[in-house]
Amino acid sequence: MSLADDIKNSQIWRSIFRHAAPVDRRNRIVVMLTNFFLHLHPVSVRKSGIALSYTWCMGGITFFLFLVETVTGVLLMFYYRPTLEHAFLDILSLRDVTTLGILRELHRWGAHAMVICIWLHMYRVFLTGSYKPPREFNWVIGTILLVLTLLLSFTGYLLPWDQLAIWAITVGSNMARATPFVGYEGPGAKLLTIGDVPLIHSGGDARFLLLAGRSVGEGTLLRFYVLHCVAIPIVVATLIAIHFWRIRKDGNISGPL
Amino acid sequence: MLLVGKGSSVGHGTELSPDISRGLGLYFLVLGLLNAYYCVRLWTDKGFQEKWKGANEPVSKVRLAAFPLVWSLLTTYMLGTSIEFFNGVGPVLSEAFRDWMDRLMGPVNYFVISTAAFIALIVFRRIFAKNVTGWVLLNGSLLFIGISMTDPDFRGIVAKPDNVPITMLIYSVGFTTWLALRQAVINDDRIKEGKKPLEAEGAEKVLTWPDLVYTEMLAMVLCTVFLLVWSICLKAPLEPPASTTKIPNPSKAPWYFLGLQEMLVYFDPWLAGVVLPTYIIIGLCAMPYIDYNKKGNGYYTFAERPFAIITFLFGFLVLWVVLIVLGTFLRGPNWNFFGFYEVWDPDKTVALNNIDLSDLLYLDLLNTGKPSNILAREWLGILLVLSYFLITPFIMAKTFMKEMFIRMGLIRFLVMTNIFLMMAFLPIKMVLRWAFNLKYIIAIPEMFLNV
Ligand code: HEM
Repeated sequence: MSLADDIKNSQIWRSIFRHAAPVDRRNRIVVMLTNFFLHLHPVSVRKSGIALSYTWCMGGITFFLFLVETVTGVLLMFYYRPTLEHAFLDILSLRDVTTLGILRELHRWGAHAMVICIWLHMYRVFLTGSYKPPREFNWVIGTILLVLTLLLSFTGYLLPWDQLAIWAITVGSNMARATPFVGYEGPGAKLLTIGDVPLIHSGGDARFLLLAGRSVGEGTLLRFYVLHCVAIPIVVATLIAIHFWRIRKDGNISGPL
Repeated sequence: MLLVGKGSSVGHGTELSPDISRGLGLYFLVLGLLNAYYCVRLWTDKGFQEKWKGANEPVSKVRLAAFPLVWSLLTTYMLGTSIEFFNGVGPVLSEAFRDWMDRLMGPVNYFVISTAAFIALIVFRRIFAKNVTGWVLLNGSLLFIGISMTDPDFRGIVAKPDNVPITMLIYSVGFTTWLALRQAVINDDRIKEGKKPLEAEGAEKVLTWPDLVYTEMLAMVLCTVFLLVWSICLKAPLEPPASTTKIPNPSKAPWYFLGLQEMLVYFDPWLAGVVLPTYIIIGLCAMPYIDYNKKGNGYYTFAERPFAIITFLFGFLVLWVVLIVLGTFLRGPNWNFFGFYEVWDPDKTVALNNIDLSDLLYLDLLNTGKPSNILAREWLGILLVLSYFLITPFIMAKTFMKEMFIRMGLIRFLVMTNIFLMMAFLPIKMVLRWAFNLKYIIAIPEMFLNV
């Protein structure tokens, strides 16, 4: 018996993996059922469903990029402080000083790639008609994931606190002040008054809520940081779990009936 | 004349730095080698040409022979250009051509040409879906980009780090569109012959381990390599620290929102930034519930669901991707339009003589001066917009969407048409702007209610 076999038959190995090496049919089935990560998958799949020309692998790659973003993002949090004093300089030292400064590149380009891949994923789901029954609701979950992915990118864009960041966020968030009724320059906002006192004004409207101020400032940085690093990722991770669960429950990858 | 050799042209930016020249040399070398391989296959492999010209299509002998010849010449040209760039004497675009392109392009032409290309794509999808077409388009665009890179303005905007994803977006969307239409065309033919779509042939089940997990493993490795190479080659941008007083011109949102920012040219923020995005989200969510067509579930097809596909593709390709490219590459200071090779001049002025519908009515047509009462002033616009959204659906139900109306039922039909009309509102407003300089159909700035 070789050393590898010895290891694979040891008590420790078996306690972790719960099955023998997947070299025969039986164990290839068992591995899918007993491994936590693999049990996301069914034991067997339609051949056409896993063809590259069919799914373009885009959902899977989007998920992989989400994982890359999570790992690099957590590592970046060790180096970055979301305050006016530190934010820009921390990014600067990631570029010039930190040994693993490439983390920032990985995180930034990974985010761009994720936006592209999620669009392509949606595009292929549309083109194969996979949103049709029984997968309607999974498409809705997907749409919410799409919006949240864009918001993740958007909130992250501010964090380097350079000119690119604050003006892109200023342009983007300026829209909020035109929200009907709840933005102070939005149609209908002037109707919301108590006596002569306006309810909606530049110091209390949708944009103020988003920015924690009348313009992009330290409050915005903190708000976006928390949204970017904690709030949105948690929601996205939860929704991805539901998305995957629904794929299984809706009969796995679509195919002609 | 399209191209001129280095030194024979005067004018802005014809001098290429050695680095850029070498980079372009490498670019053309890779392109040339790729095509050299293609040519070798064309000349030596009989089955290859058959496969690439598209199945069962009669092609004359002359064309069959001419194609490899022409392609070989092109490849020789690419390799020759590569050597020239390595020697620092690569060709540049002639000033005359650049000026001509810049003058030709404007927001109107750009959008009209894109829309025409979209219509051609749908109508001639059979031709588009051929291997040969894909290859010609790919190489044509790569040649165009390569040569255009010699222009400093083009280079400055396309090679900007945060804009690099847009080039990737263009190529990946182009490729996937080609791939999807190709399979759709094949499936449509099969269905016409009474056969099942291709996907039905892969109905048998295979074990996830190893068939799927190994693909996933490979995909992860490739993605990691891709990301690493990208990150090593291209530094993430970092501009000067944030300053609330130095406002950059133009100020742009992140690229994936630039389609929305471009809409600001035609709509006020409350529409372009709030209502329309909300509609996009709601429209996407509603789609599975309003598409009553049971066909085309789980395979690529065009013929079985043309309305859905044309509408979605128009929204995604033209109103989203094309506008993003416009917003990023072609909009400069003060959101003015700049051609590919035009210097971003902050002092460029474009005459703004847009007028509201009420101006048109009371000042130009009736010559009476505008009434002070808002309703009296804006009644025509309000009437038009309301009837567009409230009456058109019923006209549609009575005329060309009769069958759809019957099959969908009232509520579903109204939701569908409402979303559809909202989407069509953007191109309509664009055309009104270009044709009549129309600014607002309804202009009630007193209440921030401009449409
Ligand atoms: C974080 C974002 C997302 C992740 C990680 C994700 C992941 C996946 C994966 C891995 C699959 C399996 C098949 C494939 O790879 O194509 C899938 C299927 C699916 N996705 Fe997503 N997705 C995301 C966003 C979306 C979006 C934006 C939509 C649509 C608006 C969507 C709708 C669907 C539907 C309907 C299916 C079932 C398709 C079928 O059975 O053929 N997903 N998703």
